[in-house]
Amino acid sequence: MFYFGLFLDYLKQYLKTKMAYRLDLLNEIVSDFIFQAVNLVFILVVFQHTSLINGWSREEIIFIYGFFLVPYALFTTFFNLWDFQERYIIKGEMDRILTRPAHNLFQVMLENLNPESLAGAVTGMIIMGYASYQMGLSFAWYDPVIFIVLVLSGVLLYGGVYTGIAAIGFYSDSKTGIAPMIFNIQNYGRYPVDIYNNVIRFVLTWILPFAFVGVYPAAYFLGRNELQLYVWLTPVMGILFFLVGLFVWNQGVKNYRGAGS
Amino acid sequence: MLSMYLEMIRIRFLMMLAYRVNYYSGILVYSINIGAYYFLWNAIYAGQPTLGGLTPLQMTSYVAVSWMARAFYFNNIDREMAMEIKDGKVAIEMIRPYNYLAVKMMQALGEGMFRLFFFSVPGMVIVSFFFPIVFPSDWTSWAVYSVSLMFSFIINTEINLITGVLAFFFLNNDGIMRAKRVIVDLFSGLILPISFYPDWARAILEYLPFQAIGYLPGLIFTGAIEGEALQHALLVQLIWSIVLLLPLYLLWIQAKKTLVVQGG
Repeated sequence: MFYFGLFLDYLKQYLKTKMAYRLDLLNEIVSDFIFQAVNLVFILVVFQHTSLINGWSREEIIFIYGFFLVPYALFTTFFNLWDFQERYIIKGEMDRILTRPAHNLFQVMLENLNPESLAGAVTGMIIMGYASYQMGLSFAWYDPVIFIVLVLSGVLLYGGVYTGIAAIGFYSDSKTGIAPMIFNIQNYGRYPVDIYNNVIRFVLTWILPFAFVGVYPAAYFLGRNELQLYVWLTPVMGILFFLVGLFVWNQGVKNYRGAGS
Repeated sequence: MLSMYLEMIRIRFLMMLAYRVNYYSGILVYSINIGAYYFLWNAIYAGQPTLGGLTPLQMTSYVAVSWMARAFYFNNIDREMAMEIKDGKVAIEMIRPYNYLAVKMMQALGEGMFRLFFFSVPGMVIVSFFFPIVFPSDWTSWAVYSVSLMFSFIINTEINLITGVLAFFFLNNDGIMRAKRVIVDLFSGLILPISFYPDWARAILEYLPFQAIGYLPGLIFTGAIEGEALQHALLVQLIWSIVLLLPLYLLWIQAKKTLVVQGG
């Protein structure tokens, strides 16, 4: 309850600062939207030249992309840890965080809340809606619940991976360039992993399991029974990776000595 | 006068050299991107001999060279200009005895040359170990490609200068800069060769400057265009690098009039 109250307070504060620069907010949402549209354009144009990619149809691939956008939007809203090292370690803001009586990761997350990214989830839902209408998919009454579980698993998975990466900042005081690299790998997860070679497929499934935020959970709604095992693994992987990320973070905090000044 | 601008290129080059560690991970990022598109395109071709006028082998080369060329022509001078305008440094820049825009262009060139030697060239070598890539077979093709690459740098930098100058009017042009970046990546043919687009879209894109940044040099590199078409491509690039000077110049004149420096 205490944490939820904190969350609301931070959110209120955030909205106040954002409302002072309304045009910025609009700008950000519009450019996010263009970004999402570009990926969609890619899919649409490619499918003008072929009807199936490795057995996946246009609508299926669009659906996977739409699904991916939802956990991704939630993830960027809450885990906006891109400048963690710069802001908290190098500039020393972490010291301030550690003197306060709420969990440090939670505070860092709240200070970097980015609710305008949620617009991406709406785009994702629209894209999924369009694709499932085109395919004539039917949904059971419990599917929304499963959808929420799978989405949250994806958010936890992403969150875990990036929390772990941000925690590297505790050990190194210079930039490592790992985060942009992981971010690029993440883009692979948007397409069915069976188009890649075995090594990449293995990495995307078990090591940096970004496929669990795109193809695998989406396969459930697409009725792809051959991937059923992976669908049910999604929550397991999400919780597992989040716990690992949290563990690495906590170890990092223990190890943290401050960057001086 | 010229030596001063050359000095700008040199200083920026050395500055980049001092922070070169960042670039090792950058090469990896680009290789990862090239790899992703390599597999994706392989799956898309699925045995078809050509798509959009390119064979699978040409496509791989196109993807690789487009990304590596991007490392050369890409720069953040629009962001730098916006920063300088925001914090008022631009006032000092404008009383200095040089042309602000020309200086920015030279700095971009220094940065681009650094990336060409320490990023694109080694990156291309690494990528060619992993993926099948065709390189131009003779020296004239390399020379023509270099000329074309120079033009893509000029055109892209002019577009960056234009978005940067817009910061004089909007004060905050983050959104414009982000949108520009995505649009350049899409319409320059980096993500998708222009020949893949449906006819109506292609007709529009051929009248925009973006294809002259990525698509035309990419085609020249892979040998997909020759003879008259090649001359035409170079001509298009030349025309765009001149035409874009006009809006840039007009905006710049207007910007100098509207400039308000707060504090400083």
